[in-house]
Amino acid sequence: MNLPIYLDNNATTPMDPRVLEAMLPYFNAKFGNAASRNHAFGWAAEEGVDYAREQVAKLIGANEKEIIFTSGATESDNLAIKGVFEMYKDKGNHIITCVTEHKAVLDACKHVEKLGAEVTYLPVKSDGLIDLTALEAAFTEKTILVSIMYGNNEIGVIQPIKEIAAMTHKHGALFMTDATQAVGKIPVDVNADGIDLMAFSAHKMYGPKGVGALYVRRKNPRVKVTAQMDGGGHERGMRSGTLNVPGIVGLGKACELCRLEMDSEAKRLSALRDKLQTSLTVLEESYVNGNTEHRLPHVANISFKYVEGEGLMMAMKDLAVSSGSACTSASLEPSYVLKSLGLSDDLAHSSIRFGLGRFTTEEEVDFAIEQTKKAVNHLRDLSPLWEMFKEGIDLDKIEWAEH
Amino acid sequence: MAYSEKVIDHYTHPRNVGTLDKSSTAVGTGLVGAPECGDVMRLQIQVDENHVITDAKFKTFGCGSAIASSSLATEWLKGKSIDDAMKIDNMDIVEELALPPVKIHCSVLAEDAIKAAINDYRVKNGMEALELPKSHH
Repeated sequence: MNLPIYLDNNATTPMDPRVLEAMLPYFNAKFGNAASRNHAFGWAAEEGVDYAREQVAKLIGANEKEIIFTSGATESDNLAIKGVFEMYKDKGNHIITCVTEHKAVLDACKHVEKLGAEVTYLPVKSDGLIDLTALEAAFTEKTILVSIMYGNNEIGVIQPIKEIAAMTHKHGALFMTDATQAVGKIPVDVNADGIDLMAFSAHKMYGPKGVGALYVRRKNPRVKVTAQMDGGGHERGMRSGTLNVPGIVGLGKACELCRLEMDSEAKRLSALRDKLQTSLTVLEESYVNGNTEHRLPHVANISFKYVEGEGLMMAMKDLAVSSGSACTSASLEPSYVLKSLGLSDDLAHSSIRFGLGRFTTEEEVDFAIEQTKKAVNHLRDLSPLWEMFKEGIDLDKIEWAEH
Repeated sequence: MAYSEKVIDHYTHPRNVGTLDKSSTAVGTGLVGAPECGDVMRLQIQVDENHVITDAKFKTFGCGSAIASSSLATEWLKGKSIDDAMKIDNMDIVEELALPPVKIHCSVLAEDAIKAAINDYRVKNGMEALELPKSHH
């Protein structure tokens, strides 16, 4: 077992060696520009891209013509939201999204607000799921787009996508989802789910960084987005720029591997995740954040009350995890996602996200359990709050000097 | 962000972790910070009849730099008179631990904790609490 152990697979994943192998020829022998239609170099590159497009489409049940390659999910989110707003603004200017979305969605919404859009930011329930009644009530005659993420990056909760999509279509709007954390991890089918636009990226599913895709529906309805970058009119005019051929080939291979291995991998990971969660919640005053039934198989977000996340991570020095504590940021604000669940700031500061992945072994999980337990106990020995809690002092009744 | 060696040393081997009897008149207790801000420090001093600090203990809820700042503070306090201890400046802590700018608030909190502990001792022993500059974090 090599240390440190990587348990931050929601941030990024290591590349699968099989993906790297598929990409390598496209860095040298097959270096051509996929848009060069008149010679063998261009054809070889184009062939690689076409094949990748099929691999990507197959994973999500789409037609290959519906895949627009981009630089990643952030770009895809931007293209979808800004592009839909620009294309459909004569039809309406109202967009519905949710407070726990990734910043790429929230900030793209803020951007179109400045251009005249009206955006509803739906709250979430304490388990992280949106309330469908609240969604239903949010629609207006001017609603053109609903953007709700598939699986959350911090807590892993899976939104009721089918129901949201059906409701959206009933109101004549388009449904977009940021599925960066879900694609390749759980079955995602654009037709069965009713998705019109979907953003995802390669590096969250054992592919390379810097490449992703936007699924744009071509039939029932035919969806169009206004390009956000001017140029050669690549990708059906929606995303100009010479194609990142090795990256795209890598994304394709990553999608294929996920499709073939997803069923067994999801089972293996959820068993390991459950073991980790069960063992750690044995610790007093530890709480799992978010819905545990509708959740990605590889994520567990746990708050260990009375210890601070960043200090805790320092004690878990052989584990690479992440925390909802933002002690390093100037604002000192903890995770907005955790706060949206109604978590108090101190519990949000005390959270650790464990993100397991394809290369996580049971031995590593066992090690992580032991080191986390030790770290929590060590820091509680140092924590004045833990001591006060043990003495039965109600911490909420203390007047803290906010700083 | 990488931590300095001194922060890691204090974090891994914190000095003077513990609790003194806060009801004793010879003990001053400072509890500063707030759980929702992600750091709370409790610093305690044991003071002899000559107003010299003979022992200091801390417990801290916070990041590595906050723990290291309070651990260092307890080391510095021992053997100092309460008047000299009042002169400990947060920038001395920043320098000693090589804290980066985003962690300066940890040192400020440690300075606040020192002053709060001394004032608690002063008030308990019939002295006037010293006017503190408004906390600057």
